[in-house]
Amino acid sequence: MGDSTSPSDGPAEPRRKSKKPKYSRFTQQELPACKPLLTPMIVVTTFALIGIIFIPIGLASLSASEQVVEIVYQYDVDCIPEQSQNDKVAFIQSSVTNKTCTRTLTVPRHMDGPVHIYYELDNFYQNHRRYVKSRSDKQLRSKASEKVTTNCAPEATTSDGSVIVPCGLIAWSLFNDTYSFAIDSKTIEVNKKNIAWQSDKEHKFGNNVYPKNFQMGGLIGGAKLNASIPLSEQEDLIVWMRTAALPKFRKLYGRIEMDLDANDQITVTIQNNYNTYSFEGKKKLVLSTTSWIGGKNDFLGTAYLTVGSLCLFLAMAFIVLYLLKPRTLGDPSYLSWNRNPDGHY
Amino acid sequence: MAANRPSSNPSAPPDDDPDVLPKAASRSRSSSSWHRAERIPSSSSNSAVSFERSTSKPVASFPSKRSDSEKLGSQREISDDDARFVYVNDPGRTNQPIKFADNSIRTTKYSVLTFLPRNLFEQFHRVAYVYFLILAGLNQVPQLGVFTPAASILPLAFVLGVTAVKDGYEDWRRHRSDRDENNRTAQVLAPGGEFRPKRWKDILVGEVVKVTADETLPCDMVLLATSDPTGVAYVQTINLDGESNLKTRYAKQETQSTPPESTAGLIRCEKPNRNIYGFLASADVPGEKRVSLGPSNIILRGCELKNTSWVVGVAVYTGQDTKVMLNSSGAPSKRSRLEAHMNREVILLAVALVALCSIVTVLAGVWLANHHHELNDLLYYRKEDYSGPKTDTYNYYGVGWETVFSFLKSVIIFQVMIPIALYISMELVRLGQAFFMIQDKNMFDEGSKTRFQCRALNINEDLGQIKYVFSDKTGTLTENKMEFRCASVGGVDYSAASDGEEDGHSITVDGETWRPKMSVKTDPELMNALMGGEGIEKANRARDFFLALATCNTIVPILVDTPEPSLKLIDYQGESPDEQALVYAAAAYGFVLMQRTSGHILIDVVGERQRFDVLGLHEFDSDRKRMSVIIGCPDRTVKLFVKGADNSMFGVVQKNLDLDIIHATKTNLHSYSSLGLRTLVVGMRELSEHEFKKWQSAYENATTALIGRGKLLKAIASNAERDLHILGASGIEDKLQQGVPEAIESMRQAGIKVWVLTGDKQETAISIGYSCKLLTSEMTQIVINSNSRESCKRRLQDAASMSSRLAGAGSAKSPLALIIDGTSLVYILETELEEELFKVATTCDVVLCCRVAPLQKAGIVALIKNRTDDMTLAIGDGANDVSMIQMADVGIGISGQEGRQAVMASDFAMGQFRFLVPLLLVHGHWNYQRMAYMILYNFYRNAVFVFVLFWYVLYTAYSLTSAISEWSSVLYSVIYTALPTIIVGILDKDLSRKTLLKYPQLYRAGQRDERYNLKLFIFTMMDCIWQSIAIFYIPYLAYRHSDVDVSGLGDLWILAVVILVNIHLAMDVFRWNWLTHASVWGCIAATVICVIIIDSIWMLPGYWAIFNMMGTGLFWLCLLGIIVAGMVPRFATKALTEYFLPSDVQIARELEKFQNLNASTILEIPMSTFSDPQ
Repeated sequence: MGDSTSPSDGPAEPRRKSKKPKYSRFTQQELPACKPLLTPMIVVTTFALIGIIFIPIGLASLSASEQVVEIVYQYDVDCIPEQSQNDKVAFIQSSVTNKTCTRTLTVPRHMDGPVHIYYELDNFYQNHRRYVKSRSDKQLRSKASEKVTTNCAPEATTSDGSVIVPCGLIAWSLFNDTYSFAIDSKTIEVNKKNIAWQSDKEHKFGNNVYPKNFQMGGLIGGAKLNASIPLSEQEDLIVWMRTAALPKFRKLYGRIEMDLDANDQITVTIQNNYNTYSFEGKKKLVLSTTSWIGGKNDFLGTAYLTVGSLCLFLAMAFIVLYLLKPRTLGDPSYLSWNRNPDGHY
Repeated sequence: MAANRPSSNPSAPPDDDPDVLPKAASRSRSSSSWHRAERIPSSSSNSAVSFERSTSKPVASFPSKRSDSEKLGSQREISDDDARFVYVNDPGRTNQPIKFADNSIRTTKYSVLTFLPRNLFEQFHRVAYVYFLILAGLNQVPQLGVFTPAASILPLAFVLGVTAVKDGYEDWRRHRSDRDENNRTAQVLAPGGEFRPKRWKDILVGEVVKVTADETLPCDMVLLATSDPTGVAYVQTINLDGESNLKTRYAKQETQSTPPESTAGLIRCEKPNRNIYGFLASADVPGEKRVSLGPSNIILRGCELKNTSWVVGVAVYTGQDTKVMLNSSGAPSKRSRLEAHMNREVILLAVALVALCSIVTVLAGVWLANHHHELNDLLYYRKEDYSGPKTDTYNYYGVGWETVFSFLKSVIIFQVMIPIALYISMELVRLGQAFFMIQDKNMFDEGSKTRFQCRALNINEDLGQIKYVFSDKTGTLTENKMEFRCASVGGVDYSAASDGEEDGHSITVDGETWRPKMSVKTDPELMNALMGGEGIEKANRARDFFLALATCNTIVPILVDTPEPSLKLIDYQGESPDEQALVYAAAAYGFVLMQRTSGHILIDVVGERQRFDVLGLHEFDSDRKRMSVIIGCPDRTVKLFVKGADNSMFGVVQKNLDLDIIHATKTNLHSYSSLGLRTLVVGMRELSEHEFKKWQSAYENATTALIGRGKLLKAIASNAERDLHILGASGIEDKLQQGVPEAIESMRQAGIKVWVLTGDKQETAISIGYSCKLLTSEMTQIVINSNSRESCKRRLQDAASMSSRLAGAGSAKSPLALIIDGTSLVYILETELEEELFKVATTCDVVLCCRVAPLQKAGIVALIKNRTDDMTLAIGDGANDVSMIQMADVGIGISGQEGRQAVMASDFAMGQFRFLVPLLLVHGHWNYQRMAYMILYNFYRNAVFVFVLFWYVLYTAYSLTSAISEWSSVLYSVIYTALPTIIVGILDKDLSRKTLLKYPQLYRAGQRDERYNLKLFIFTMMDCIWQSIAIFYIPYLAYRHSDVDVSGLGDLWILAVVILVNIHLAMDVFRWNWLTHASVWGCIAATVICVIIIDSIWMLPGYWAIFNMMGTGLFWLCLLGIIVAGMVPRFATKALTEYFLPSDVQIARELEKFQNLNASTILEIPMSTFSDPQ
């Protein structure tokens, strides 16, 4: 922009220049303005206020977290028979081994329904760059876009070239362990409806898109899909395809729509199909109630308490400092040229 | 003082006196100055460098060997190869075989076709843009495709687009004004022999054009005839060089008498060049001998015809070849110091960027190496592709390559560490700041109706860090409006004029009253002497004195109508203010100049109208430093009147006569100059008939000579100007501008050293120094006037020991002033003594350099600029200040009396010296503060974002996934956070104008780099790392065991970053007006809206995530927690430092807030001239 003047501005210049600037509060940079200043009062009040607000919030979060009852059971190692412990991968990849695994869990406290069933995977990078890109949202949504498999390789087409629906690594690696629960041999109903977001079901996954050529390739990644159910109703898939943010994550498996009493013995039958053994991923089954801050989570409460008390402390510290070393605000004798007048004049 | 003091030889002391006769100067300058400018003496490398940038400015008079230029000026005959042949009134033949450029002009840079490539080419001169272009290019490689192609291009495209739109708009405006200009009409001689209107753009070289009074000239024309029988025409060149006075141009007698339609002939002229003061041509007129044409025979496009009812001329240069077009040049481009410092931090950021990328690369390499064997078993990696006929690896090139890709991908992801938006923000902010500077009513000059001009747009913030001000004297500190004050006639001092009556002396002409526009106070004694009250001899001498004042000049009287029909004002138009003053003075004493043509002068001598024939005129030149006229008086005597500088005049007086008078005159001159007056000496000689004849034949020979005309004329002048009788001397006062002493006092308090560099005599300079409070009586003066290198050295050593002695004397040291003249500087500058001078000068509080040449001015600026980091500012109004203005970090031109050369070379231009105070202390302070904060903030803002991305990458198997959606990443620095920093950068004020003017010391904050330094940068970066940790880890820890998805958490992060950085800005804002509120809160709102929009696109994986997040309490708790935890350290530090380690600015803010401005301890100085009621 340096060389923007031109002779054509030239002739116009004297005329324009001779205009007296129009006076307005804006052009004279005198818009009415508020001039906040960090007076001791404001500083102390701010810190105290933060403390007063944060500590109750912290306490409330802690108590909410306390009320959440959570049963976590890591079964990846447990559910491998003794003889296969040395070669877990072979066990899980074999198609003949019996992968059913029955365990009993004790309910520690009363759990109000609905009780959420999650599976938790660890060391599984659902956020890996290769992985998150490996999907086709167009294909998932409409039948017309079935052939759009741009980012889906290596799970875009079968070896004979026909498209896979749903394509991509994410769908291919769909989690396929299943759980069933019983108390005193009475099966507990697991509600697998509405575990996915309504928005996904309605707009992201088409109700006329059916699985096609899925898990037909040389390498089976995970669950197979019922080719007669449209994707919008394959809620396990929809949940799975909401890729997790962190390498350790939970996904909703279903809900138990009843209360569980303390000391109830729940018999869990796990179909241990999913291969996390080749990369030392952990698998956990989680039964949890919820509260207003979600699941069990002590961190936020602790953090709020810490910040709150720190602020209270700071408020106190500032009061002490202000009392010990008071300074009149706006005292000109503090100006540098008044303090050492012989420096300059 | 410039134009009237054409520069002098750099190696010789410049003793051309300002007080000298001015302006014949301009014409003499015209013959040579351009050639001089082109041939810069190679010894002065400084100016050569600075001039390279602005070769387009023909205006600078650079000193060089005058004789060279004279040779160039007139001895050179144009060879046929270098000539342009113009057949008068025969455009067809003229334009054969080569057609000259037509008269349409194009000032636009682009056409529709070239706009895109050319504009882009220009923009990519900026290295940062190339960097972003390379990264965008890398991103298009499939293996590195981090962003979708559209997203990766968008930020760069946005920045380029904004600049392109701005450039395009400016160009369109130029295009429009070009079109208007091209379609104006002019009267052109048609084949039928009559003048018909023709559009400007259709005028061809060779056509004969007629221009009537007050019209603008359509092209450069050689004058053929004018309405004046003697062939005189007056033009105003305000559009060309801004000088508003009239210039005289002549048509050659050979063509004057020919009717236009029958004019024919051939003009051989130079090829088009940009020298507006030079022109070289010859004309072959049928039936006449060859006549030579010079600069006084050409009128240039853009000038206006005045006081002449019509002129006829032949077009010689048209359109792009005209001198005005060849002279169009851009504003100077400098880079501010803040920007230079900023580049240092940009390099630090680049190092940090490489470090982050290396960390990610190493970790990614290690991870890949560890998982090398199981990559295909990793459900989320799956390196093999079975879908093809044979098993193949998919998008995998081995650990080594994948590691390399990791590095490149991380550079792409983290690229915003180098803030791209900063560059465009800086441009916009500077534009806004410039707007406010221009609009400031305190910098509007009522007198000349000029407002402040920002010519350079990239050094606004330098105004806040100035340490040295180098000021010209005449026209800068003073008004350059000369007032005749006193005269010494025949050795008698008449300086009682101040007690005299204000004489509105008027004359009666044909029943009308003519009165000079300006009245001058007269001295009753001198009046008495003039009227013969003190003897006939004294009366005659006084008569001759005033006759000399009225005749020996180039002033043109112009009659101005007044509301009263019978009263007319005589406005003396001339190129030199000194001459104007003298003519007004002569008029007041009864010698009213009524009319001037090239042949005669009409003077009303005390009521009696007399006609004087101008027989010859020797123009002013800087070797002789005087001018003279030869006048044929009504009583048939022939008199030579000379006026000039004292030292040049006393060399040519008749020494054995009037010794007393000479002595008395010298004494008077000395007392005048110590009063700060500009002095001129007037002398005369009566020529005998024989002498006159001899002179006349020599003069005629010289004027018709084709070769060496200038030299011959000068020799003739020198020959005539000898054995003069001293008539007397005049003292002209150049008034101090309003508010100068106060301004200098303010700047002194602000820690700015003011040096005055002037061409004036030492006595004049010192007295002005006293009157503008630069020098005070308690100052110890060190004066260096030496004539040799050795004595210079000795004087400097003395001065050094004296200053150290005084400095050692303790706190009660008296301030020092150094006064040095140009002669001494010759032996000092560019030698090893420079270092000595630097040491002495920097210990002095005031430095006054007198009798300095333009290049020496630049040399003194360079003395400081090359040895310290301190910012220098040069302010001046004349052509002799150009080199200094270009040399200094900031150059300021005063748009005053002496033309616009200084303005054209300057970065900023204004009407009055005292505007420096609001410019530096108020706008400079604000601009610096704002820009410094904005740069730091932009670094911080982008770094926070990059760090948040970086922490996340550590949890993605180093695969460089970004949780924040790519569109949010792209919009982050262009939409989410851009506007508030620009608004704050333009509008925020740490202190009010009133406070800044009341405590000029506050300016030192800028000199100390208080608002932008490495310490602040490091502190900001540490804060930034903490904030990024708060932003990333609070959600990370809160959502560790949850089913949150990438996009949801990403939305939380982006909102947290945006809100946090905006709150950070909000915390540092000094003044909240509605615009600040709107931009800060509006930006947060805009971000939320954008995130919602992005999450409403089903195509993107993050569809609806934000709504699901917002539905949970955890989300809001995280957001609140992040903001508070992120801000607490900064807030606490800020509160702590503001209270316990307050800066001056902070205390002044408190003062402002609590209104207890009862600062009794502070020396109050009257500031009424600058402060405004707030």
